[in-house]
Order: sequence, then structure tokens, then C-alpha cells
Amino acid sequence: MTRDDNPFAPLQREAGAGEKITRKSLTAWQDIRYRLKGNKLAMFGFWVIIVVVALAILVPWLSVHDHYSNDLVNKNKAPTWGHWFGTDDLGRDMLVRTMMGARISLFVGVMAAIIDFFIGIIYGAIMGYFGGKVDEIMNRLSEILYAIPYLLVVILLLVVMEPSLTTIIVAMSITGWINMAWIVRGQIISLKNQEYALASQVLGAGHMRIMFRHLIPNAMGPIIVTVTLSVPSAIFTEAFLSFLGLGVQSPVASWGTMISDSIGAMTIFPWRLFFPAFFLCLTMFAFNVFGDGLRDAFDPKLKK
Amino acid sequence: MSKSLLDINGLSKHFQLGGGRELKAVQNFTLDIKKGETVGLVGESGCGKTTAGRTIMRLYEPTAGSMIYDGVDIAKLSKRQFKAYRRRMQMIFQDPYASLNPRLTVLDIVGEALDIHGLAHGKAERKKRVEELLELVGLNAEHASRYPHEFSGGQRQRIGITRALAVNPEFVVCDEPISALDVSIQAQIINQLIDLQKQLGLTYLFVAHDLSMVKYVSDRVAVMYLGKIVELASSEELYDYPQHPYTKALLSAIPEPDPSAAREKERIVLSGDLPSPINPPSGCPFRTRCPAATEKCAAEVPELRETRPGHLAACHYA
Repeated sequence: MTRDDNPFAPLQREAGAGEKITRKSLTAWQDIRYRLKGNKLAMFGFWVIIVVVALAILVPWLSVHDHYSNDLVNKNKAPTWGHWFGTDDLGRDMLVRTMMGARISLFVGVMAAIIDFFIGIIYGAIMGYFGGKVDEIMNRLSEILYAIPYLLVVILLLVVMEPSLTTIIVAMSITGWINMAWIVRGQIISLKNQEYALASQVLGAGHMRIMFRHLIPNAMGPIIVTVTLSVPSAIFTEAFLSFLGLGVQSPVASWGTMISDSIGAMTIFPWRLFFPAFFLCLTMFAFNVFGDGLRDAFDPKLKK
Repeated sequence: MSKSLLDINGLSKHFQLGGGRELKAVQNFTLDIKKGETVGLVGESGCGKTTAGRTIMRLYEPTAGSMIYDGVDIAKLSKRQFKAYRRRMQMIFQDPYASLNPRLTVLDIVGEALDIHGLAHGKAERKKRVEELLELVGLNAEHASRYPHEFSGGQRQRIGITRALAVNPEFVVCDEPISALDVSIQAQIINQLIDLQKQLGLTYLFVAHDLSMVKYVSDRVAVMYLGKIVELASSEELYDYPQHPYTKALLSAIPEPDPSAAREKERIVLSGDLPSPINPPSGCPFRTRCPAATEKCAAEVPELRETRPGHLAACHYA
């Protein structure tokens, strides 16, 4: 045996010296927050979202005006001290209506994103993790669903159900999750052969543990980015459907219906178009830059 | 010789590639591992040594063959039945950067082993056990709250070892545990593994392509080529009297530290690449690159046979 006359005999380590790590210990979330804070554009997006949300909550509550009372004497007024954003064709205060629109738009966006998130993760994770026949069948199903023209589904659904918020959210969720499912599937396929997943399998972990403890948390970066980016797309879809008259019904207004109402008179009363359109663009921009910033923050390899 | 712990007989793993093609990654793998010994498994990249290790751990379902572990054929067990054996057999992985989940702390990475098998009751006991294990492999107890990215390659590999040892296994497959590390760290990890073997009475299957390291750690060495074992002997015997031309070529490639000896040393340079395991050569798998191949090598498959006492080789002319 060569093993005992050891050519690689270890040096004796000084007592208590050990292997020290002097860097402060950070949890993954602290790390992400720290990196996100360093990204000015993303923080700008974050604060814009906060401000829009705060306005949407506070303005209709604090304002002396409401969003439904007509005031035909003061219709189509330009912005004044009494009506900061002017009034619409029935003399309703545009500021309050815009912020009520923000409530609707944000609610639709967030709900659609949450539904996409859950359905997409579960469906995508099952596809990617089990692979083979399961993947084949589930993937074909999602492709079939994806191939049906989206607008057709929405319009048909609106025929069956009454035009309302719920209908819009359901309509968007029918096909909205597919993108998320495909992203999750791709992530899981690339992660499931990572050695840490194998190690967990060697330890005897079940499918659930491997999926929810090892694979999905490591796919969270792209998932969160997709979620944040699906919020503006849902907001936009809602605005688009409302613009076509398929959305929420009067007196409630979303940004889309307000833009739709104002389009005929946009050369004469441009503020009626400007304010909802401005907030729509601002919110979408904010979610997009925030989503991009999150993606950078979630990737530990980009750490400086 | 002591009692055999794992008796692998005729183990094969074939992957279906579609279109009726088949990749025979491991063929007729027969190896008897004794309790307390270290068996080295060497071969070039793509020869199937990692697949063999993973099939033994049932990460891949074996296509054929038996694996008698302590009297039970673990190749035939269902996944559920095999779970009990996962406490007794563990694995150390090749890449310390890929084998630790970056989202978990060391406490949770090592603690997972305890959770799955219900080895610790309550958080305090779990933490204490993980800290003990970390100290066993030369890390500090306060490392438990850290994330993998805060460690160096060698430290990460120690964490991988800790995870494997957390369930108190008796048999450990080391899948190239040092090939991703610096040379100086390699020696540390190897010595750690040897110390742990002595301390805990472990049995190793040591998969590697670094022959000098394998010689240093192993009692016996198996040489694999294109999914088959071509030579098997005790490590002294194999290094002193290689029988198979492939082993001779591998041994001649070990760098010689002494320059004057290096000048005299004759290197056998193999021509060509490893043939594709999807379409292996007829007869002896090595014949396409063998300097001594004859017509017999193309016609007949050489079986592993004893060419010297206790020394098996699969070559017609050994």
C-alpha cells in the first residue's frame, strides 16, 4: 500500500485558524434587493408604480368630485384649479376618472399576471420535469390553444358571458398562461439535469421536493420577469378590448374606454385623450423597466 | 479478502435515441466491490464511467444486469423500495459549482438529507447535526448559514461531501470529485476522502480520469473503454504490469515529474478518436486505435479473462 507513506500528507493547520469568510452574510432576498437598489432606472420604474398605485387608491377617495356625476354645464373643460385634468363630455372630473381607470387597469393587470403565474408554473413545470410523452401531449395541447386566434376567443367569450371585469380576466387567462408555461418548461428542462437536482434525487427526494425546492426557485428569475412583463401586456390588452367596446361598461371607466371616448374629439379636447393615454404609457413603461431591473437583480452571476 | 458489498453483474445501460438507434453507454459491466475498499474507475471522456456510476445509484434505470448490494438485487427494486438504500449509498458529484443549489444555505443543502430520511427531530437537532458534519469535513459550524456562492471550489466540494455523508452511508460513488478543482485543492480533498474512509469505514467507487490520483487512492482499478471494462487489477499490479494496450497507452500519458526520466519515457500516442458508442466497431472495441490489432480482433469480441493472478484483461493478446 502506498497510502500510508503518504506523499500528499497534509500540513498541520494552526489551531482555531479555520477557514473564515469575512464577507457579511446576506440572504438571497437581501442580495436581490441590494442589487435592485443599485439600478436607477428600475428604481424609477418601481417608484412610478408605487405612485400610480397610491394615486389610484387615494385620489377617488380624497377628491371632492366623483367619477359618475354629470355636470353638463362644465363639460369638456380644459384643466383648471377645480378640475386638474379637465372634464369629459358629460362634465365628469377627468382626474378622478383617470384614477378610477387606474384601479381597473392595475387590477386586471395584476390578476391576469397572478393567474398566468400559477397555471403557467404548474403546467410548465410538469411538462419540463416529466418530459417524454407527458411533455409531448401537454405541449401539443398548449400549441392548439395558442393557435386559436386570441381575439376570437375573447369575443366569443364576451358573447357568452356579460362584458365585465371578470369576463376580461377570464378571457385573458385562457391563453395568457401559455407563454409562462413555455418559459417555465424551458427553464426546468435546463435545470433538471443540474447536479444539485441529481444530488437531491440521490438523497431520495420525491418529484414534488425536487420541483418546488430545487427547480422552480432557481427558475424564479425568468418567471418573475415574465410576470412583471405580463402585467403591462395585460393592462394593454384590457385597454385594447375596452377601446373596442368589449371592456368595462359605463359609468366605470378604464383607460381604454376613456381613450376610446375621447378619440372623436381629440383635436378639440386633447386633454381627454392625453391624461389616460399618458398614464397608460407611464404605467407600462414603469412595469417594463422594473421587470428588466428585476431580471438583472435575480441573476447572481451578474453580481459585482 | 473481506466480504463483497456490491456485486455488479452484467450491468448495461442503453439509451434510446429515436429512429431505432441505441447508445450503449455501459455494456456488461461486471465488478465486485468489497467492503472497505476503494475501486478506481478510469477511462477517457465519453467512455461511460459517469453513466456507470449514475446507473449504480439508480439515477438511470439499468437496461440489464444485477447489482447485489448486501444480498439484495437493487437493480430490481422499485423506486420506493430503493429509497431505503439511498441512506446506505451516496454520491459525490463532479462539479462543485453545479452540485449545490445556489438558492439554499448550507444548512438547508445538508439538512435536506436529514429531512428526507427523517434523521433529525426539530430544528435545533438538525442544525447541530449539520454543524457536526461540517466540522467533520474541515469546515466551520458558522458556515452553515452561508450560501454556496460565498465558498471556494474546494470548500464547495467539502459541502458536497458533507451532504453525501449526512445520511451515514457505507458506500459512496465519487464521480470525478476532484477533476474540477485546482491541483493543490485536489490533494486536500483526496486526503479528506481517505481520512473519512478510515474514520467511517466507507467503501468508495472512485470515478476519475486522472490516473496518478486513482493509483494513489485505489486498492483496485478498473479501466473502461467504450462502455466496457477492459482491464481490472489491484492498483500496484495494474500500474506495474498493464496487460491491455489501452491501459498501456493511458499509463504512458501520465506526466513524469523527473525531466531526465521524462526524456527516456516512451509515450504511446493513440491515433484517431474514441469511436461512437452508437456505432461501435465489431469485435474488440479498441481495435480501431490499437497498435497491435489483427484480423482476429475484428472478428471476435475479447472476453475479460485472467491473464495474471488476480488480473483481468479483455484482449486476445494479453
